[in-house]
Amino acid sequence: MLMSSSPVASQGFLLEALQIRKTFGQTEVLKGVDLQVKAGELVFLIGPSGSGKSTLLRCCNRLEEPTGGTLKLNGTDLLARSTDINEMRRKIGMVFQSFNLYPHLTVIGNVTLALRKVMKMPKAEADARAIENLKLVGMAEKALSYPSQLSGGQQQRVGIARSLALNPMMILMDEPTSALDPELVDSVLEVIKSLRDRGMTMVIASHEMNFARNAADRVVFLENGLVVESGTAEQIFTNAQHERTRQFLRQVRH
Amino acid sequence: METWNRFVFTFFNADIAWRYWPTIVEGLWVTIAAGLLVVVTGVTCGMLLASLRTLGIRALNIPIILFVDIFRALPPLAIILVIFFGLPNVGIVLPSLVVLWTSLGAVLAAFSEEVFWAGITSVPPGQWMASRSTGMTFGQTLFHVILPQAVKLAIPPLTNRTISITKNLALGSAIGVNEILGQANSALSMSSNATPLTMGAFLYVLVFAPLILASRMLERRYQWGGH
Ligand SMILES: Nc1ncnc2c1ncn2[C@@H]1O[C@H](COP(=O)(O)OP(=O)(O)OP(=O)(O)O)[C@@H](O)[C@H]1O
Ligand SMILES: [Mg+2]
Repeated sequence: MLMSSSPVASQGFLLEALQIRKTFGQTEVLKGVDLQVKAGELVFLIGPSGSGKSTLLRCCNRLEEPTGGTLKLNGTDLLARSTDINEMRRKIGMVFQSFNLYPHLTVIGNVTLALRKVMKMPKAEADARAIENLKLVGMAEKALSYPSQLSGGQQQRVGIARSLALNPMMILMDEPTSALDPELVDSVLEVIKSLRDRGMTMVIASHEMNFARNAADRVVFLENGLVVESGTAEQIFTNAQHERTRQFLRQVRH
Repeated sequence: METWNRFVFTFFNADIAWRYWPTIVEGLWVTIAAGLLVVVTGVTCGMLLASLRTLGIRALNIPIILFVDIFRALPPLAIILVIFFGLPNVGIVLPSLVVLWTSLGAVLAAFSEEVFWAGITSVPPGQWMASRSTGMTFGQTLFHVILPQAVKLAIPPLTNRTISITKNLALGSAIGVNEILGQANSALSMSSNATPLTMGAFLYVLVFAPLILASRMLERRYQWGGH
C-alpha cells in the first residue's frame, strides 16, 4: 500500500521551532532556540531554574508570543496571521506543573469542556470520549469527583486526559511531576510511558533524570535561553560534550 | 406604667396600623420592584464592566476605573439629588422611580465591578493558560472558566454590598418615590403617630431577611468539593 505523503513524512519534523526568541521587557529569556521534534519522539527538556524551559514550551503553542523565530506544526506556520491559533492549540496538548484543573468542574467536566465548546461535540459523545481517555490514565472511576477531592497524582492524570481527549498531535508537559509527593510520581510517569509506547509525540521539561534515561529519545539541555547541547539520552547522560552539561547533571543527581 | 402605655400608643397603635397598612403595603411593592431593578441591572453591569476590563484595553479601562471610583466615592443621596434636580435643567426629566433606579443601579454597578474584578484577578493565571491551551477562545475562557470561579469569590462581599446599597432605596422618599419609607412618612405626618414607621421597619426586615438567607444559601451552593 502506498503511504500518503504527509508533510511529517516529507520534512521529518512534526514540530519545528527555529531561532525562537522571547523578550520580557528588557530581558531576553530565549535567545534563539531550536527545537525540532519528530513524530512519535519523546524529547526531554532539561536545564537549571530560569533557563527558559517553561517559556520555550509556552512559545510552542503561543501562550507566550515569541518575539522572533519560526514555528511550524506539521508544516503549518503557527505564527502566520492567517493561522487560527485556537484551532492549532487543540492539536498541541499541554500539561502543567500545578495541574491547573478547573476547580468548579468535575473530573469529567474538566475533560469535556473543550470537547463541547471548541469541538462542538454533543454532550453524550463528549462524555463517552472523556471516559475513554480517563480510562487510559486510570481515572474513569473518579469521573464525578471534583479536583479538590483528588491527590496530586490523580489530578495530573486527569490533566493528561484533558489534553489527550482533544486528540492532539503532540503534548507539551511542563514539569508534570515536580509538584507531586515522591510516592505519587511513578503513577504519572507510568501514564507518560504508556503514551510514549502508543506513539504520542511529547516534549517534557522535567528533572526526572532516571525516567529520561529510560524513556527519552532525545534530551535537550537549555541554559540562559540557549541550547547548550542536545542528543540522545545515551549521549547526554554518559558522554556529554560540554562541561556545563556534565556539571548540571552532577548537580541534579543528588 | 404611664410611660409604657404612651410608648405602646406611639409605636404599636393597632388602630393606626389598621388604618394605614394598605398605603404602606403599596410602598412595599414599590420597594421590591425598585430593589429588583437595582440589583439586576447593578450586578449585571458590574460583571460586564469587570469582563470588559479583562481585555486590557487602556481606552476602555480608564473610563471604567473613573466611573467605579467616582460612584464609590459619592454618597448615594448626592447622586440621586443631582440627577433629580440637575438633569431637568438640561431638559431631561425622569420619573423619580427611574432616578432612584439608575442612581442606585450605578452605585451597585461600581461596587460590584470592583468585587468581580478582584475575583477575576485572584483566579490563578494557570487557569487561563490551561483553558487557552485547549483551543478555548478568550471569551469562552472568561465565561466558562474564569467567571464561575470569580463569582464564587465575589458572592460574600457582593451580597453584603447589595444589601447595604438596596437599603438606600429609602432615600427615594427624598424625591417622592412612594416606597416603604415614603409611604410610612406621609402616614406619620397624617396620623401624628410613629406606628407607620414601626410597620415600615417591620416590612424592611421582611424584604431583606430573605435576601440575607438567599445569600447564605448561595454561599453554601458555591462551596464545591468542600474547601
Ligand atoms: N511573564 C514574565 N515576565 C517577566 N519575566 C519572566 C516571565 N516569565 C518568565 N520570566 C523570566 O524568564 C526566565 C525563564 O523563566 P522560565 O520559567 O521559562 O524558566 P524555567 O527554565 O522554566 O525555570 P524553572 O525550572 O524554575 O521552572 C526567568 O528568569 C524568569 O524570571
Ligand atoms: Mg519552569
